Amino acid sequence: MMRMPLFIAVAALVAVGGLFLPLVVPNPFYFYAGYVVLQYMVIATGWNILGGYAGYTNFGASAFFGAGAYMAAFLLKAFGAPMLVQLIGAGCIGVILGVATGYLTLRIQGIYFAIATVALVVVLETLVHNTDYLGGAAGLQVLAPAPPAWFGGQPQYVFFIMLVLTVSAVVVARWIEVSWIGRSLRAIRASEPAAECSGVPTLRLKLLACAISGGIMSMAGAPYATYSSYVDPVSAFSLTVGLNALAMPLIGGTRSWPGPVLGALLLASVQQVATVTISSEFNILAVGVVLIAFVALAPEGLLGLRAFRRRVS
Amino acid sequence: MNVLLSVRAVEKSFGAVRALGPVDVDIRPRERLGLIGPNGSGKTTLINCITGLFPPDAGVIVFKGIDITHEPAYRRARRGLSRSFQIPRPFVGMTVLENLLVPMDYLGKGGGSEEIARADEVLASVGLIARRNDPSEALSQLELRKLELARALVAEPEVLVADEAMAGLSEGEIDDILSLLFRLNESGVAVVMIEHIMHAVMRFSERIICLETGKIIAAGTPSEVADNPLVQKVYFGEQNHR
Ligand SMILES: Nc1ncnc2c1ncn2[C@@H]1O[C@H](COP(=O)(O)OP(=O)(O)O)[C@@H](O)[C@H]1O
Ligand SMILES: [Mg+2]
Repeated sequence: MMRMPLFIAVAALVAVGGLFLPLVVPNPFYFYAGYVVLQYMVIATGWNILGGYAGYTNFGASAFFGAGAYMAAFLLKAFGAPMLVQLIGAGCIGVILGVATGYLTLRIQGIYFAIATVALVVVLETLVHNTDYLGGAAGLQVLAPAPPAWFGGQPQYVFFIMLVLTVSAVVVARWIEVSWIGRSLRAIRASEPAAECSGVPTLRLKLLACAISGGIMSMAGAPYATYSSYVDPVSAFSLTVGLNALAMPLIGGTRSWPGPVLGALLLASVQQVATVTISSEFNILAVGVVLIAFVALAPEGLLGLRAFRRRVS
Repeated sequence: MNVLLSVRAVEKSFGAVRALGPVDVDIRPRERLGLIGPNGSGKTTLINCITGLFPPDAGVIVFKGIDITHEPAYRRARRGLSRSFQIPRPFVGMTVLENLLVPMDYLGKGGGSEEIARADEVLASVGLIARRNDPSEALSQLELRKLELARALVAEPEVLVADEAMAGLSEGEIDDILSLLFRLNESGVAVVMIEHIMHAVMRFSERIICLETGKIIAAGTPSEVADNPLVQKVYFGEQNHR
């Protein structure tokens, strides 16, 4: 296995590489589409820290994503805050939402957490609906500052931001995975009583996972305000985000970081093509079908299939 | 009298069902204590109260002079209270070695290679060293029982509770586990053995407590308990079919 400093160096190199992409790829459409793929890599990676490693299913990824998008839009509208501040603000709101949801429900039983995450989407969407300052149901026009000249355009700029977020999320996920935290989360997933009786402070670790997972998913929403220069409740809290967040790790494999990345790459790419060629309603149907197929036929995801073959041979 | 763990007037109900108590139990350092009783008599419930999986409705639990009644399970585990589970609960998705590293992460000893050497030592002592790098879901029933014990042991406990660690095993396998528990006890660990396999508990225990519908109906040396008419009535009567 690659050592952590080397892994971080490779990840940094990927991000720096993205800086030069606008020089070689002239068509901004690719950045527009690539942004969405990367966005889902971040969401899926963040989701997997709680949903995969610890085994707590979050149906409300769109609550976190939407909260992040609206936080960024709010910071832009109110203070004209720069991207970094938007990201930090979104991360904070995600951490707060994650810990609050976890604290209220995780002390009872797993199922209540899942229900609470569904409720969270409804609560936040309703809240935004009724907040005039955030544009209510009609949505909010966002006036993002012009991107740094280097990037040549907004799509190239937000793509780069999302690329940095992606490699950062992957580095965090991998660090958790190889550390004692990941080990404890896997123990929780396998058996909470056995973990607790082995000295694992299970509640504290679940809350930590909620915080990190929520923070990452909300940060994935922050650049959306700039990306689409418009946020509205329906797209910010959309079912697609919530469904993709759990479908992508399940398709790729939930046990380690390449799973969500691979799942997002496959599913989001297919969706990008399908949105252009067929329709976006078709997306949700397709995701649903693929998801059911995987749950039934390959519950350990694509990477699980490979591991299985290795074990059998 | 020197007492390591003291249970005083502990009670536990589930809804309308009084599963346990009130019971008083003392566990002495380095003791071998047998806990018997028919199915549903509250043995596992008592252990769950002691190890902190759920709080008792009433009563006090003192370990090494400290009131741990309201402490969470993980803190009790770190104080030296270990257990195995009646139905093995391996950390699936991890290798056998990794299963042992989970408790070791919280021993505050640090040092990766030292930890692994210690885990290997424990795996060797329970006879699982050959399975070290196998996924825990690949283990046999006997191996799962051993893994349960190994995971409890690696934390270097002062009290180990083995909840039916021999259920479903063959005679040879029972001897295997029994000698392991004897060796462990010789190294200074107090062992509480919950068991239905009478000859094993009788051989192992210095003292036996018999529970019935949540109450202690007999306590004493193995022969005293075996001769107790109440025990014979509720326990051996039921166990004849074994
Ligand atoms: N978590 C629980 N919820 C509800 N009832 C329980 C629970 N655990 C045990 N009981 C009940 O408490 C009683 C004692 O069970 P238990 O302690 O498991 O007995 P034993 O280990 O001696 O077989 C039984 O009637 C059982 O059904
Ligand atoms: Mg039991």
